[in-house]
Amino acid sequence: MIFLEFLKQNWPELLTLTREHIFLVLVSTCAAVLIGVPLGILLTRIRSLQTPILGFANIMQTVPSLALFGLLIPIPFIGGIGARTAVIALALYALLPVIRNTVTGILGIDPKIREAAVAMGMTDWQRLKMVELPLAMPVMLTGIRVAVVISVGVATVAAAVGAGGLGTYIFRGLRQNDNNLLVAGALASAILALLCDFALGQFERAYAIGERSSARRKFLGFGVVILLLAIIAIGSISNFRSEISNSELANDNKKIVVGSKDFTESVILAEILAQMLEKKGIAVTRQFELGGNLAHDSLLSKQIDVYPEYTGTAYTAILKHQPITDPQAVYDQTKAEYADKFKLMLSPPLGFSNDFAILVRGDVARKNNLKTISDTVSMAKDWQAGFGQDFMSRADGYAGFAKAYGFNFAKQPREMDLSLTYRALQSGELDIIAGNSTDGLISALDLYQLADDKHYFPPYQAVFIARQDVTETLSNAFETLKNAISTDEMRRLNYEVDGNKRTPKEVAAEWLRKIKLAN
Amino acid sequence: MTDTDKIVEFRSVGYAIGDTKILDDLNVTISKGDILILLGESGCGKTTTLKLVNRLIEQTSGEVCVDGRSTTDWDEIALRRHIGYVLQDGGLFPHFTVAANVALVLRLENWDEGRKQKRTTEMLDLVGLDPAKFTTRYPHELSGGQRQRVGVARALASDPDLLLLDEPFGALDAITRTNLQKEFARLVRDLGKTAVFVTHDLHEAMLLGTRIALMDKGSIVLIETPQHFERSELTLARAFLETVKL
Repeated sequence: MIFLEFLKQNWPELLTLTREHIFLVLVSTCAAVLIGVPLGILLTRIRSLQTPILGFANIMQTVPSLALFGLLIPIPFIGGIGARTAVIALALYALLPVIRNTVTGILGIDPKIREAAVAMGMTDWQRLKMVELPLAMPVMLTGIRVAVVISVGVATVAAAVGAGGLGTYIFRGLRQNDNNLLVAGALASAILALLCDFALGQFERAYAIGERSSARRKFLGFGVVILLLAIIAIGSISNFRSEISNSELANDNKKIVVGSKDFTESVILAEILAQMLEKKGIAVTRQFELGGNLAHDSLLSKQIDVYPEYTGTAYTAILKHQPITDPQAVYDQTKAEYADKFKLMLSPPLGFSNDFAILVRGDVARKNNLKTISDTVSMAKDWQAGFGQDFMSRADGYAGFAKAYGFNFAKQPREMDLSLTYRALQSGELDIIAGNSTDGLISALDLYQLADDKHYFPPYQAVFIARQDVTETLSNAFETLKNAISTDEMRRLNYEVDGNKRTPKEVAAEWLRKIKLAN
Repeated sequence: MTDTDKIVEFRSVGYAIGDTKILDDLNVTISKGDILILLGESGCGKTTTLKLVNRLIEQTSGEVCVDGRSTTDWDEIALRRHIGYVLQDGGLFPHFTVAANVALVLRLENWDEGRKQKRTTEMLDLVGLDPAKFTTRYPHELSGGQRQRVGVARALASDPDLLLLDEPFGALDAITRTNLQKEFARLVRDLGKTAVFVTHDLHEAMLLGTRIALMDKGSIVLIETPQHFERSELTLARAFLETVKL
């Protein structure tokens, strides 16, 4: 019954996320219908357009959702982060079933019926309105139903571009190893999908030819629609309240948009900065949990003003340099190149680094007296390794690592979601993983970090990266945070969130109170 | 015969798709009260000929006149609403009730509700369907014969002078067909309508037609009253006559 307890505590947030989810699906499906139906009708009139347009819609649907979101970010006007990009991506997904079913629905009408319509003296418009659309309606509604159900599913990925929705819980749950979050997010979106499917199914049958119980079916369908709209309304009211309290804080200063990457530590750091700014009366918008390199892209496209980053990541993944091991050199060179290339500035180091940590189970380490990575090479032959997608692909990742230490795994390492590797290691599915050194789960799950005795991994000092035109506003905060967080302290903060299931907001506020006392 | 009696006139009409001639040099005049049967085998061009009259198809040469005016001079929508059209199996709109099907042209012509209902009731009575029972039914709830009656009622609703019928009774069983044929013959004669009627059934042609135009490979090879048709020596006509001799 821990789950019920969880729901009791978190239902306002769950409601807000559900509202965001419904909103995303609703707006994108409406857009897809508004574009797709006329386009479909056009295709029945000008058949030569069918191949190119249906082909385009087909391709859109085969693009993996996260890739589509990523592709849209740098595009001006329609791209960027947040709900707008998500709506566009979802609409593109929903387009295919809408267009195709409109075309199939209309072209599937018995030619005799169309002939009768023309022969009775209907104009083109009357034929469309009175005959073709009503007869195609059940097929078109099936298309819309498919589109909606797809959208409910794909919209969970929208959380990766900061668009909110129930995916926020799913991603957070994966990251924090929290089943309650996972189940709540997945269950809510599944229920949403089933409800939409049911409601549209009722409409579909209400429009079936000669259906006599259509009134009752429409009633049921509209009932669900009203329920969903009610969730949006209730969610909006609570949202509205928080917007008001936010705007009270606003003063003449420019609003600062603080971003974060999609893992706990990044969120905590961003939250600490956000709260420091708010205390000084600066209005802050939070644009957290951006996946992959979205945070960097968003900074470049001015969607956010600042986010926490690691020098090693900036140096290798963004500047594309070969990894080097001197922390100061990495910091200096990154700072210089960022200023030069991107007009971005680096804050002073925050005091800790979040390096790659090669982890094994604590009991295995103790039993075999393992201390360094080199100690394990000989016995790791039959081990099952598992690494995050990031580690597998980056320049300072798996390939170089295996070569540097001479690892020769008999079994191909599993490439999987980083947050899942911890759990898989603990349960014995995996024997060795690459985690993050500040991760609170390391101590919580009794994992052991092997020393990087060959100094393979470049240093990942934590810094903030900000756009140059907001540095003045941020410089005070950056000064305060300089060397303010030790690795142990960061690991503890992470564990407060991941292990003790507290919110980043609380943990950040608590930490800020603590350093204030110390100062 | 005065000009005003000419309801439909084909003047050296041809129709071709690309280089393929479908119809060649048709010349027919249909006068008021005429029931012209277009008789022929499948693919002889009889349905194409019919569709030229309300411009579902446009001829590629020559001229088709309706009420003394070339169909190309007519507004096509006005032309079609001016002519009743009956398809095989009724061609009813499956999502409309019987009443809505019958009243369709009236609705397109913006008749007010009261007049429309009255007319619909009259039409159903006329074709032998009890309005109380049938108005709210959907086409899929009717038998083939009933559907065809609704089709005829729909074509007659706006009281057009000219009816076009494309093998209307072709899909019906023999007994229903015979009944409908007899009723239809009486109805058209009583109402004084002019009609062009496509069929491949000589029996039907003899029963309903005032004149029979026998078509072959896109041309009219013979045009006669039923009595004269019976005495024709033409091979194709004889072949058709064989079909009615038992």
